[in-house]
Amino acid sequence: MAIALHYTDAQRAFRAEVRAWMAANVPREPLETLESARGFAAHREWERTLARGRWGMVTWPEEYGGRGCDLIEWLIFEEEYYRAQAPTRANQNGIFLLGPTLMEFGTPEQKARFLPRMAAGEEMWAQAWSEPQAGSDLAALRATALRDGDEYVLRGHKIWSSRAAYADWGFGMFRTDPASERHRGISFILFPLDLPGVRVRGIPQIHGETGFAEIFFEDARVPVANRLGAEGAGWQIAMATAGFERGLMLRSPARFQATAERLVELYRQHAAELDPAIAGQVAQAWMDAQAYALNTYMTASRLIAGGTIGVEASLNKIFWSELDLAMHDCAMRILGCRAQLLPQAADAGDVGAWLEGYMFSLAGPIYAGTNEIQRNIIAERLMKLPRA
Amino acid sequence: MDFTFSDEQRMMAASTRELLADICSPAVLRALAEGRDASGAARWERYCELGLPGLLAPESAGGVGLSNIDFVLIAEELGRAAVPDALVEHAAVGVPLLAEFAGEPRVQPVLEAAAAGTGRVAVALPQEPFVAGAGEANWLVVVAGGELHLVPPSEVRLVEQPANDRLRRLHRVDYSPGPATRIATGAAVRDACSRAVDRGALHAAAQCLGVAERMLEIAVAYASDRKQFGHAIGAYQGLKHQFASAQVKVEFARPVVYAAAASLGESGEKMPVAVSHAKLAAVAAADACARIAMQAHGAMGYSWEVDLHFYMKRAWALAGAWGDGNFHARRVQAALWSGAQPLGPAHTFAATEG
Repeated sequence: MAIALHYTDAQRAFRAEVRAWMAANVPREPLETLESARGFAAHREWERTLARGRWGMVTWPEEYGGRGCDLIEWLIFEEEYYRAQAPTRANQNGIFLLGPTLMEFGTPEQKARFLPRMAAGEEMWAQAWSEPQAGSDLAALRATALRDGDEYVLRGHKIWSSRAAYADWGFGMFRTDPASERHRGISFILFPLDLPGVRVRGIPQIHGETGFAEIFFEDARVPVANRLGAEGAGWQIAMATAGFERGLMLRSPARFQATAERLVELYRQHAAELDPAIAGQVAQAWMDAQAYALNTYMTASRLIAGGTIGVEASLNKIFWSELDLAMHDCAMRILGCRAQLLPQAADAGDVGAWLEGYMFSLAGPIYAGTNEIQRNIIAERLMKLPRA
Repeated sequence: MDFTFSDEQRMMAASTRELLADICSPAVLRALAEGRDASGAARWERYCELGLPGLLAPESAGGVGLSNIDFVLIAEELGRAAVPDALVEHAAVGVPLLAEFAGEPRVQPVLEAAAAGTGRVAVALPQEPFVAGAGEANWLVVVAGGELHLVPPSEVRLVEQPANDRLRRLHRVDYSPGPATRIATGAAVRDACSRAVDRGALHAAAQCLGVAERMLEIAVAYASDRKQFGHAIGAYQGLKHQFASAQVKVEFARPVVYAAAASLGESGEKMPVAVSHAKLAAVAAADACARIAMQAHGAMGYSWEVDLHFYMKRAWALAGAWGDGNFHARRVQAALWSGAQPLGPAHTFAATEG
């Protein structure tokens, strides 16, 4: 092992293969927003197209519909995916979060049942963790799954569940021991969203579209076989999921490099009319996107060499969420008076996707664990500062 | 594609850290800063025993023939210790610059002495007017009037520039060039100079990473110990979150510095943007660490008695060395606006992939 920042011939060939497939298959026109019923259906269709090319989740073993790629190839795939401006992955909660968790904690039957359909885009997933009184303090969750023979009976109220309005399945955390407190007595359970006793109510987001939902469980019954991992081990399993989420897969660097590229181009077009301070902000955005990419390659190399990702995930989550916000904030400044307009306005010019992207970037420091919680984790677990 | 250091590279860094813990302890820095120490020659001996001065010198000159990526972790350690000698300037700038002109008969013996550490070199470039190590140098590599000269100290006038970092003595080097000392002229000098600046900037960036981590360690230890309102002050989120923000900056400067080191290893001409980015990111990280470290110490952090200021001053000094923030920011921006820097997701390794 030694630092060699060159792609191998095989990696170059892989890139060429992805590039050619994307060029032939990515829809010419952007799909409707996936936060609408029609848009979600279009994104579902795109997931199926990806799966037909065996691009659904390249790092997964072939038996589950993947290609057995390593993390460097995954990064290359993601680079080509964003380079081709391919649609948002509507199943990201499934493929990036639950998928790796299933791979690690699932039984052979669970893997065979869920992973191929996830990779094929046949079943879309939503995450059901937060509750009205359990946000940052997730261990305060109260939803229960009480054992009744071979079934669990689910009761409770989950909220801020992305994609739940249109997805097929959810993965949630429930107390299987109703007398338990905090991190103990919680189990990780998979449930169909169309189950009797499960009621989903969409919640409009600040742009008016239904991006997330709340889920009410009123004595919904699922087989005990839908539990992932041991009874009572839900918290540890969820934290592993959160590590994947914050750490590596949820936000691949290519996404931000693509935004940085668009930002530099936007700046170049308007440079003459701008506050000179904006030049520095644009350059900083490009450098930070580059830094995030280099850091991810370094993490990927470390994992390939047998390392693990732990608290570092919190560093990543802060960095990418603040970077995304800074880039979109900068774009709004460049757009100036036009930033007031929706993209369909007659004189919106190049507002395009920037406004929606700006609003979405504001959610970055909140979802997947607020940045305040991430800073606590870094300070206490990485830097070993005293706990509060 | 592999972004992990080798065991050998890590071991060399570990030996360097061990040596520096011994000979560049805070007590040594304090004694030096207060003019109570004259151990410079002995320290240099110890660097030579470990082979540090000649690590980047070609084997034909008796060096080890390593590359920038091999030295970057060592520079990090030297920064971490706020090393009070111009070792990085000698080993990572002076020696490689001389090596570029090793074909010149007058250069080879100087290069051999520099590789062995018996002769110390300092480099004075128009881009780096305040020269560290000039006062102790046996030879000065001076660029004047677009020409490169190899000059003995007796022929230059050194104007000491008292510096905020008292452990890093700086001089302006005045020299009236004559034909006797001339090594090279023209484009070769310009290119060699710009490579020297890149090497200096890269290893200054690596030192910033090291000194940044050192400041955080000092401040975390203090904040874990110091109690107010009945609790260790480091338990309060007001400090915790500032600490975490500084740590984020360090972690995301690190791969940028290492990638820049790898890109310089490929060829000195490729992508100075990678080096400028590394310098800007590492300086910003060290600056952020200095700020939180001082804030966490409260009034103690503003005192001479606490060791923190030695490391803060090193961070501030390195910010201005080998291209200041204006120089590097302009270089990045020029490449971005002109289109010279390839953009977008498939160009992460533009500097190494060509």
